[in-house]
Amino acid sequence: MLNLNIRAQFQNFQLTIDQQIPGKGISAIFGPSGSGKSTLLRCIAGFQACQGLIQLGSDTWLDSTGKINVPPHQRPVGYVFQDARLFSHLSVAGNLAFARDRAHAGGLLNYPDVIDSLALAPLLNRDVLALSGGEQQRVALARTLLTQPRLLMLDEPLSALDYARKAELLALIKSVCHRFEMPALFVSHAIDEVAQLASYALVIDNGRIQTAANTERVLQDPLLHKLTGRFESGYILHCQVTGYDSHFQLSQLECEGQTLQIPVTYPLKNKSNIPLFVRARDVSVATELPEHISTRNVLTGTLSRIEPLPQTPFAELTIQLGEQQLGARITRAAVAALSLTVGAKVHTLIKSASFDADG
Amino acid sequence: MIEWSAITLTLQLAGVSTLVLLVLGTPLAWWLARADGKLKTTIETLTALPLVLPPTVLGFYLLIFLSPNTPLGEFWFTLTGEHLTFSFSALVIASVVYSLPFMVQPLQGAFESLGRAPLEAAASLGASPLDTFIHVVLPLSKRGYLTAVVLTFAHTIGEFGVVLMVGGNIPERTRVISIAIYEHVETLNYAQAHTLAAGLLLFSFIVLLLVYGGNKRAPIRLG
Repeated sequence: MLNLNIRAQFQNFQLTIDQQIPGKGISAIFGPSGSGKSTLLRCIAGFQACQGLIQLGSDTWLDSTGKINVPPHQRPVGYVFQDARLFSHLSVAGNLAFARDRAHAGGLLNYPDVIDSLALAPLLNRDVLALSGGEQQRVALARTLLTQPRLLMLDEPLSALDYARKAELLALIKSVCHRFEMPALFVSHAIDEVAQLASYALVIDNGRIQTAANTERVLQDPLLHKLTGRFESGYILHCQVTGYDSHFQLSQLECEGQTLQIPVTYPLKNKSNIPLFVRARDVSVATELPEHISTRNVLTGTLSRIEPLPQTPFAELTIQLGEQQLGARITRAAVAALSLTVGAKVHTLIKSASFDADG
Repeated sequence: MIEWSAITLTLQLAGVSTLVLLVLGTPLAWWLARADGKLKTTIETLTALPLVLPPTVLGFYLLIFLSPNTPLGEFWFTLTGEHLTFSFSALVIASVVYSLPFMVQPLQGAFESLGRAPLEAAASLGASPLDTFIHVVLPLSKRGYLTAVVLTFAHTIGEFGVVLMVGGNIPERTRVISIAIYEHVETLNYAQAHTLAAGLLLFSFIVLLLVYGGNKRAPIRLG
């Protein structure tokens, strides 16, 4: 358990956080630019002066009343920066050795496993300046893991990457954290990254935590609407990969006994379970099964809630699909025209292009 | 006849002064690169003073400061039994003051251009500040050090006024190349002056050529 009760002030910005964060799994810190996400990580790492209390488990890193302030290099926390920050005077292997030689005591990760999990063997003798952005971040992640941190912090590590690299690295981060049972804080301003990666999410705005709960609940929170400027809230559908169509480059998923096809850059691992984040704004509903339509994904369920959004033309629908739920945002006019009522059977249409699943 | 004693003495003086300045200049430049506020501005100004002051002014004050009736001169006398002024040690002290900006400014520039990113990265990997300085800052500031060392060495070799004021012209003790040239000219011994002058000219040209040629990425910053 990471226990935070901190205040930091610089220029005109004030960060005030009083929060406990789970000590396992990946927790996302989500918020718009300038909301204080990175500042929070910098406080935890000790790079940003702040007042209050920071504890990880039974270790206290900062306690202003007890005059404890552990210097950054003695805090067993790993920091993966947005811009990788590899040392340009060292090779890839040199960067990794730098971290390994200074590892915090008591770590269980071993060098070959880390190299293997991030597929770094072919890069070891390379000059870091010759690496692509994605490769740099893989090396940075390995380097951080080799310090044997008790908590991994990732500060928008994907933001400098193109779409395909992003997806690849996201999947790697997830598998590495899982494989090494490494608790992580993942800072992001991209909601789809949060949805795919994190089991717990904190929404931060204006230097304060707005909401903190498990990711599914946070993603359904209409509060996200205000923060992201667009309607980004949605539901996570837990699906199983059942096949891949190499000609059309579509992965086939099964969700509550129904089939979905999603476009993917790489084939998804067969039989793996993946969380699929579906934004309510990408879902429309029909009362009869539509034909002659380009939308490939139609899931049939029961309308369980209709909530008009005050002062907007829209209404938020919740559709029950077996054990799971899906949100749809349509106009209030459409609700009236289709005479939608709670309990009605509806077909939900999901635009394939709206999926961002990659792992 | 080449005056080897003047040449050896000059090289010795430049070598020792450069070493002393490396030791003193590194922490000073590091502090200047990271500090802020009035104190920094004041120290920065003091460091740059030798660039603009006539060497005779500097030499005059040093002569007074090092003379036997000051605390430093007295202390030196009880320690070594010799007067500090007109000694090789006085030349080293004078050169260190005179060449200070040539060491500190390139180093400060190199440290500033590093930024805090590599320092934070090193700290996040468990490196203490000293460890970070030795294994990250120094190798990344290689070019700054090369510039600083070469400029300091070359500048010390070329100094005249300060040396004359605090060292005079004592063969094998304080008679460096520039002073030997001056005396040769005074005594109309142009042949000897030519040999030494041409030697210094060539040396300085080659040194600057090496520095500018190897410094395309990190230009020399003075003043």
